[in-house]
Amino acid sequence: MSLRDRVAVVGAAESDLGEVGPGFTPLDLIGQATSRALDDAGLTRDDVDGLFSASAYYHMPTLSVGEYLGIRPRYSDATNLGGSSFVSHLLHAAAAIESGLCEVALITYGSTQRSDGGRLVSGSEALPYEASYRPRYPVSMYALAASRHMYEYGTTREQLAAVAVAARKWARLNPRAFRRGPLTVDDVLGARMVSSPLGVLDCCLVTDGGGALLLTSAGRARDLRQPPVYLLGAGEAHHHRNISQMPDLTTTAAVDSGKRAYEMAGVAPAEVDVAMLYDAFTINTIMFLEDLGFCGKGEGGAFVEDGRIAPGGQLAVNTSGGGLSYNHPGMYGLLLTIEAVRQLRGGCGERQVPGARVALVHGNGGVFSSQVTAVLGTGDTV
Amino acid sequence: MAGFRADKPPAEVYRGYLESGRLGFQRCAGCGAAVFYPRVLCPACGGTSLGWETSGGRGMVYATTAVYHRDREPHNVALVELEEGFRMMSRVDGLPAEEVRIGTPVVFEVRREEGGPVAVFVPEEG
Repeated sequence: MSLRDRVAVVGAAESDLGEVGPGFTPLDLIGQATSRALDDAGLTRDDVDGLFSASAYYHMPTLSVGEYLGIRPRYSDATNLGGSSFVSHLLHAAAAIESGLCEVALITYGSTQRSDGGRLVSGSEALPYEASYRPRYPVSMYALAASRHMYEYGTTREQLAAVAVAARKWARLNPRAFRRGPLTVDDVLGARMVSSPLGVLDCCLVTDGGGALLLTSAGRARDLRQPPVYLLGAGEAHHHRNISQMPDLTTTAAVDSGKRAYEMAGVAPAEVDVAMLYDAFTINTIMFLEDLGFCGKGEGGAFVEDGRIAPGGQLAVNTSGGGLSYNHPGMYGLLLTIEAVRQLRGGCGERQVPGARVALVHGNGGVFSSQVTAVLGTGDTV
Repeated sequence: MAGFRADKPPAEVYRGYLESGRLGFQRCAGCGAAVFYPRVLCPACGGTSLGWETSGGRGMVYATTAVYHRDREPHNVALVELEEGFRMMSRVDGLPAEEVRIGTPVVFEVRREEGGPVAVFVPEEG
């Protein structure tokens, strides 16, 4: 059974973003985002019968969210695949809607980690066989992968920095981005080192933020307020949890998740107009460009040079400004998807990719662990 | 002792090796895979016949990072690939954290630390 074209995103909204100030809870942000997404879709809260969430704050997140919003779902899914959870929820929601287990799915997330102290709020447990060596979670794990990528393929710190610079150029076109000042390769190279080869500007932001997405069947979607954004394909994969167990530090399970998503969608990388690649660290963008077939293995460093992924470049990547410059509220997969939906609706203003029809959303979770890819398309791709 | 019970916990056996100054790992009798970290079945083939072996302690740095601090020198975290065919997280002692290079031959040593014995590596002599 293929889920291609069976469901569509009909509502998408962010909560307040950046630094919301003390006192707000993640559930408050979920409430904001959900009411905005319902308005966006022209649906009411009582239409929602499927609930999807993941959280580092709430041990049983769909229970907490359902209670706060006053939603009594008949289908509830709190799959936690780290930051990729919400891309995974797209696939799970599609399966649930297609099989009649729910009709309108709400996927939602919120975090107040910046106002709570400015550090990543994470429920991650350390592997005893790693804890003694005091890696800084999660940056040191990504740094290890970056070190190996540099060793095997000659990737340079300048190329990593080019990813951050491109993200900032997109962010400068996005009024909702948290960091919008000018940024150069030298700024990135000169920034405080965190876990070599990654400096502080190779790392995603720590912000507050949340979002909500509403999905329903393609049939119902056509009668709603917004042009539907169809799920063309999606795929999941994971091969490890801890970095010491990652089979090859320069190749992620995105090779598999991407293949699954492309096959379901019947789409090739060359047909992608916008690529939203989870950029927790600069190395992520480079490895995902390779693993998702936008360039060959080892060529990601060269691919991101010369503004090729910046505005006006060859491939529009992370047009919101990404986790590096827009917002990164601990788990970023939901905001990643919202931007893809906006691009396909044509509502991105200055940063709009003209005529965007196909968007790829790639979520990452853990330490290059969970990889989830989704392909979304406008009505004329169906 | 009540109920159904397996042998010693794998983590306890591993620690016992370290206590005696050795680096223990498991070998699958079914498929021959070297297994680390220790567990009760082989992640390569699913078999449950895992035997313990002592590593020769020789390996190569597979990946490395220096973790920086505001108030002290950076410390090293590395992934080391052992000659027997398994990889583990560790650190390389005996040179500054930033100077650890991928491909450097290293040998195992035990350090007695607050939480118990820890496996570390130092550059191979010569």
